[in-house]
Amino acid sequence: MDRDRTDLPPENVEPGRPRVGVDEWVAQVDQRRDRPTGIAGVARRIGEVVTPPIRLAIVVVLAALVPLWLGEGDLFNYGIFVLLYILLGLGLNVVVGFAGLLDLGYVAFFGFGAYFYALLSSEHYGIHWPAIVSIPLVVLATSLLGLVLGIPSRRLLGDYLAIVTLFFGQAFVVFVNASNPKVAGKGLTGGPNGVADIDPVSFFGYEFTTRTQQYALLLAAGVVVLVGLHFLSESRTGRALRALREDPLAAEAMSIPVNRLKLLAFGIGAGIAGFTGCMFATLLTAVTPGNFDVPILITVYAVVILGGFGSLSGVILGAVVITVSFQFLAPENPQNNARVLFYTIILLAIVLAVRSWWRLLLVLAGTVGLGIAVHAIVAAFAPTWTSGQAVEAGRFGDLISDWVIIPQGHPDFGNVAYVALVVALLVLTQMRPTYRLLAIPAVAYLAAVVWETSFVEQPAVARWILFGALLVVLMNVRPQGLLGTPRVEIA
Amino acid sequence: MSNAAATEPAAPLLQLSGIDTYYGEIHILQSVDLHVKHGELVCLLGGNASGKSTTLKTILGIVSPHLGAVVYDGNDVTRTSTSERIRRGMAIVPENRRLFGPMTVLENLEMGAYLRPRGDFEEDLDRVYSIFPLLAERRGQLAGTLSGGEQQMVAMGRALMARPKLLLMDEPSMGLAPILVERSFEIIQEVHQAGVAMLVVEQNANVSLSIADRGYVLSTGRIVLEGKASELVQHDELRKAYLGR
Repeated sequence: MDRDRTDLPPENVEPGRPRVGVDEWVAQVDQRRDRPTGIAGVARRIGEVVTPPIRLAIVVVLAALVPLWLGEGDLFNYGIFVLLYILLGLGLNVVVGFAGLLDLGYVAFFGFGAYFYALLSSEHYGIHWPAIVSIPLVVLATSLLGLVLGIPSRRLLGDYLAIVTLFFGQAFVVFVNASNPKVAGKGLTGGPNGVADIDPVSFFGYEFTTRTQQYALLLAAGVVVLVGLHFLSESRTGRALRALREDPLAAEAMSIPVNRLKLLAFGIGAGIAGFTGCMFATLLTAVTPGNFDVPILITVYAVVILGGFGSLSGVILGAVVITVSFQFLAPENPQNNARVLFYTIILLAIVLAVRSWWRLLLVLAGTVGLGIAVHAIVAAFAPTWTSGQAVEAGRFGDLISDWVIIPQGHPDFGNVAYVALVVALLVLTQMRPTYRLLAIPAVAYLAAVVWETSFVEQPAVARWILFGALLVVLMNVRPQGLLGTPRVEIA
Repeated sequence: MSNAAATEPAAPLLQLSGIDTYYGEIHILQSVDLHVKHGELVCLLGGNASGKSTTLKTILGIVSPHLGAVVYDGNDVTRTSTSERIRRGMAIVPENRRLFGPMTVLENLEMGAYLRPRGDFEEDLDRVYSIFPLLAERRGQLAGTLSGGEQQMVAMGRALMARPKLLLMDEPSMGLAPILVERSFEIIQEVHQAGVAMLVVEQNANVSLSIADRGYVLSTGRIVLEGKASELVQHDELRKAYLGR
């Protein structure tokens, strides 16, 4: 559709009669248009120049350069996982972002695709179909499964749909985990052990064996899906899906085929998840029920929510931020990664809460000073409370142990401090701004104490808590998601 | 789509006869008879809980009546689905307008034309723009950022994109400043003059009777008064009940 038509119909001007629908507002609209200056203005002008094809080209070129500076291992952990999450996020975005259907069973489609592909290409039944046949078959089957789930669910709205689909997702995990029906003398899905030794993906004899080759394959698939969804989103059907998301009743009154569109969204989303499942199975060479449980559902939702519902570029950005920060925090990585992120989050949170340079300086100086003072006082009266060493702190080790109270031989201190921190944060949100400014240094210092005495001992837990904190901070900065459209309503 | 002149002019476009509608066990509409002729502007007046919206829902098929028949354009549509009725030329401007807020004016209009052949889109758009030049100016703006009066225009434009034979309007004056109510009814009159039959459901008897051809008054689910708008304005009971004079 052409948005800039100049051949608008002539206004029906009759002398002596007010023209319906023309008012001063329109006459002045150009004077009223906000023209931001500075960085915001430059960003907006760049955004106007950089059209979607150019944006895609830039992202693809950058992504294609990634294998040049990541080793095979890092390319797998970062590059390939980012692409897998982008694909998963794009599929979920069709269902939740475009059509507004809260589908909590989405990961089951991913799992179904992965398992189906695994069974068609492993020693489990001794079937080794070529990928060129099995991938389309799996995608088709997963889409059909999406439709089958969609048909009874299409009359359900909001929470009801969420509960039904969540049940479906959990039913899938329970099913593949159970010792399910025997086929050819074997459990259909291999139970808790899953299916192992899945063939590497190959097309017409060309095997994708190195991580770089696999990365390139995923990148190509991602571009195809992205371009396809871009055209879907810009089509009349895409706009009808958005209309359905905004107001199903009004959409129905426009006689937009609401039910058919819901099924379409379910089918497309499931198909993309099924394809991602194939890729996941072949790249990890094994699938187990645990791969398709609630944590991955939360992560995929986080990708879509963080990027902004309905935004395709948002999914990419969300997947990059979440996968990279998650891998960065992985327990096998040095503790300092998590520590740096933790202090960055605290700093960001303070910047957001204070929003003024000289107050920020005061708060930061207060935090540092408070730490030094508390440490000095405690060291003078009860030396064992400060004689602990920071865990794996590298060159910051001495600095941290001289600032934060790290006790030796008081094992419960970390837990007590953690509970105190939670209480302090709750109190902080209820305080008046002036008092809050005074309380922030104390709470920030308490957070540092909790990190150094409690979280460093449990990296796996700390990872999730940090992840949650990061999401809370980012979503506070941009409630609509990083690239989402803010909702503006006057009426 | 056939044009109105080809069908028999004597038969009304919409005819409700002996409609009884229930919500669960509660009897809402009691033997309602009502008709709208081709090209006619009819208003349906009534206070709160008089059954105005239920009548609209029955006409659209959102609720189905226990008794009685809805005949539209010569066909009994009592058991036909809502989307089928809309396909046959009904359109609604819903209460509170219900625009697709984060979508542009143009996209809202496009959604109204969802059932129309794509080739006619530009033509339909020009027609709506010529009625509401403001919508042409604002076509790129998000509908949710418009003022109430402007949103009313988008809602009507969206309904007109389907080239309806019968336009149903649910409380067009709701939530609008008095001056905008007048403007809104001016628009209704303009659309009516373009040949669209309309049924306007309203609480504001004064303004709606001033532009309508005929009117009905609903009270607790029954039609208590009907007649030419010019006569209803003079009616003593109605004046007492709605006009406050």
